Amino acid sequence: MFEKLKNNDKLIMLGFTIMVFAGPIILAPFGAGYPDLLQRFAIFGIFAIGFNILFGLTGYLSFGHAAFLGIGSYSAMWMFKLLTMNVIPALILSVIVSGLFSVVIGYMSLRRSGIYFSILTLAFAQMSYNLAYSVFTPITNGETGLQLRLQDARILDAVNTSGSLPSPMLFGLKLNATNVVEMFGMKLQFNWGFYFCAIILIAAFYVSLRIFRSPFGLMLRAVKTNQNRLNYTGINTRPYTLGAFVISGMYAGLAGALLVCTDPLAGPERMQWTASGEVVLMTILGGVGTLIGPVIGAGVIKYSENIFSKINDKVLEGYFAMMPESISDFLVFIVSPFVGSGWHLTLGLTFMLVVTFLPGGLVEGATRIFDWLGSIGKKTKSAKPGGNTEAAE
Amino acid sequence: MTKLISGFTRRGIIKTGAVGAGALAMPLVFTGSASAYTNEPTGSDVTFGFNVPQTGAYADEGADELRAYELAVEHINGGGDGGMINTMKPLSLKGNGVNGKKVVYVTGDTQTKADAARASAKSMIEKDGAVMITGGSSSGVAIAVQGLCQDAGVIFMAGLTHSNDTTGKDKKANGFRHFFNAYMSAAALAPVLKSAYGEGRNVYHLTADYTWGWTQEKSIVAATEAMGWNTVKTVLTPLTTKDFSSYIAPIIASGADTLVLNHYGGNMINSLTSAVEFGLRDKVVNGKDFQIIVPLYSRLMAQGAGANVKGIFGSTNWHWSLQDAGSQAFVKSFGQKYGRPPSQAAHTTYVQTLLYADACERSGTFNPCGVGEALEGHKFDGMGNGPTEYRAADHQCFKDVLVVKGKENPTSDFDLLEVVEVTPRAQVEYAPDHEMFAGGSLGKCNPGA
Repeated sequence: MFEKLKNNDKLIMLGFTIMVFAGPIILAPFGAGYPDLLQRFAIFGIFAIGFNILFGLTGYLSFGHAAFLGIGSYSAMWMFKLLTMNVIPALILSVIVSGLFSVVIGYMSLRRSGIYFSILTLAFAQMSYNLAYSVFTPITNGETGLQLRLQDARILDAVNTSGSLPSPMLFGLKLNATNVVEMFGMKLQFNWGFYFCAIILIAAFYVSLRIFRSPFGLMLRAVKTNQNRLNYTGINTRPYTLGAFVISGMYAGLAGALLVCTDPLAGPERMQWTASGEVVLMTILGGVGTLIGPVIGAGVIKYSENIFSKINDKVLEGYFAMMPESISDFLVFIVSPFVGSGWHLTLGLTFMLVVTFLPGGLVEGATRIFDWLGSIGKKTKSAKPGGNTEAAE
Repeated sequence: MTKLISGFTRRGIIKTGAVGAGALAMPLVFTGSASAYTNEPTGSDVTFGFNVPQTGAYADEGADELRAYELAVEHINGGGDGGMINTMKPLSLKGNGVNGKKVVYVTGDTQTKADAARASAKSMIEKDGAVMITGGSSSGVAIAVQGLCQDAGVIFMAGLTHSNDTTGKDKKANGFRHFFNAYMSAAALAPVLKSAYGEGRNVYHLTADYTWGWTQEKSIVAATEAMGWNTVKTVLTPLTTKDFSSYIAPIIASGADTLVLNHYGGNMINSLTSAVEFGLRDKVVNGKDFQIIVPLYSRLMAQGAGANVKGIFGSTNWHWSLQDAGSQAFVKSFGQKYGRPPSQAAHTTYVQTLLYADACERSGTFNPCGVGEALEGHKFDGMGNGPTEYRAADHQCFKDVLVVKGKENPTSDFDLLEVVEVTPRAQVEYAPDHEMFAGGSLGKCNPGA
């Protein structure tokens, strides 16, 4: 069994890397091949992978992970303002700071489990949000959000005489630079910021894979299965759960910092409970406790948020233009509540259907399809066991 | 841990990485940027991005802004009755689009959140190729999007944003604002308030907790204290607040006789309704009738708050009942298309779109630097506010300001405000380095690319 896993992991890593790097090409036909959305896919993928280490493995449902996302953003922003526009110090500081915060919040919240844990984390996150919104206005600039200014210190950078704001860079390589290539009749946009996020996403995915396969991961799964039994056998589970909590908090901080690296602005709405809920949705939609699920969930949610919300009546009329006017009017009337500002409705319906029929998320859906295809293959060929349908766990 | 999985060797990873990086670098070799500025339009169309709140506290304003944008595009492309194109002076637009290109547009939802607004604006710039972004209904969002447009190298034509900071400490070379600001409101309101309510009042402020609220509170406090009023207390309320009763109750005990609501949109509707329900307006404190003031007023808000607005003073950028030719032409074409008069939000966004298009036509380019130059110091008339100037030093429009009051006897659902005074431009003008606006710099125009 282990032999098979080894090979599979290699395949998973390879497939994942190729898919991520080819993102701009694969997603362009779906209208999602532009840098901002690609970056969001990668960043929220990291966020969801980290969340899944806690929720997927230990079963502890945190409703406050957006707090760490926000903390990471603010830390990174202050690094940009005070030290340098190079992203490395910003990333390091934000991971450290969010790690520290998650130690404190985790230490307190993990004294309880189940719903009480969720409520505690929610309370901490909401507190952080309110602190960022009003109490710490000098640090966070309140609702307006923290932005770069020409007058910022940036002690490590050369004096800025260009009169325009500097942009985040990696040792001189500007992250917002995009190379546009005409290929396959499409305009493909290869953006440095995206590839930077993509490399970190792949690293984050690799670390998560190692955790899933490690004895530590096994212990976390044991916590999920039956924490009482573990306690009775004399194992103190607290260090394990706290470890998972801190790791996922650091993932969130990293994601927050990357948000700032690709778009230098940090606002408190990033810490609101809706943002915490979003990552829960992403993880469940994609598949809790699976490796690839959270990334897929993050992609689906960010796609609908950015693409469906842009479809207005005019665009719909364009879609149905080839039909007779009465039918097209009728279709526009039916479809329009589900797109544009009503995209939440579509998302809610999808989520409901997935949870009802595919409790294992979209990954379960994919597995079922593969199984089905495999069984067809078996019938027709009546040779060899059907294709290896090991889920992309 | 390492025993369980040994599929990855350091060498293997390095190899894969090198191959991957090579594959990535391949297409980059063959590229070069041909255009002179971000999203230079190459076809027969040019794309504008309309980024407005469709959800949240300012959704009503956003919906009206969107109507105005659609109307503006129609008029620029030569459709409809032309609206203000018939009254705008000077005018370079020919009614065949801009620089010979037909105007098309994309829309997006800012959700009244800076993050969402920037994501939406970014997708307009990166995916749809928008050459200009306009919108906003919250200064926080406008400032965030203005910063983004400066970085990306497109023009930002601010919609409804009233904070001093938009053209003050957060001003940007690529950003332009037609709407008036908090300082102007305060300067216009103060003399009217003094003559209506007398001297020596004690004022209590409820303020929306973000850049607009802060600067408006500061402006009103400065203006009222200069005429001898006393500020009792200022309280910040989160933008997301819906129930203001817990903020209203302490006012009664504070000994204040005047309440200033630095709220807008849904916030103001809820806080004013709550204040009236608590009976504040029927109170007599220190021998004075209790008064409420709403410094930034709009007809949409008045509609939402209903009878509660009767007799309440405020200021506004524009009102549909104005009798000049420009206002009337706009009200007529807006009314014909949508069956209602436009709000001030609709007016400012309509005017901004026309001004941008006109500047492109005058400069013969969509390059943000060329367009910016055409707008800087531009003087125009016939757009509803009388003679107006885009000041070059801070990209703020200077024009007359309207002081309005809730009508006691409205004749229709829309006839809710009456114009009390038109405060001339000279009275609301300030130096670009005024202390409430200091601390920022325009920087240089950025054409991107």
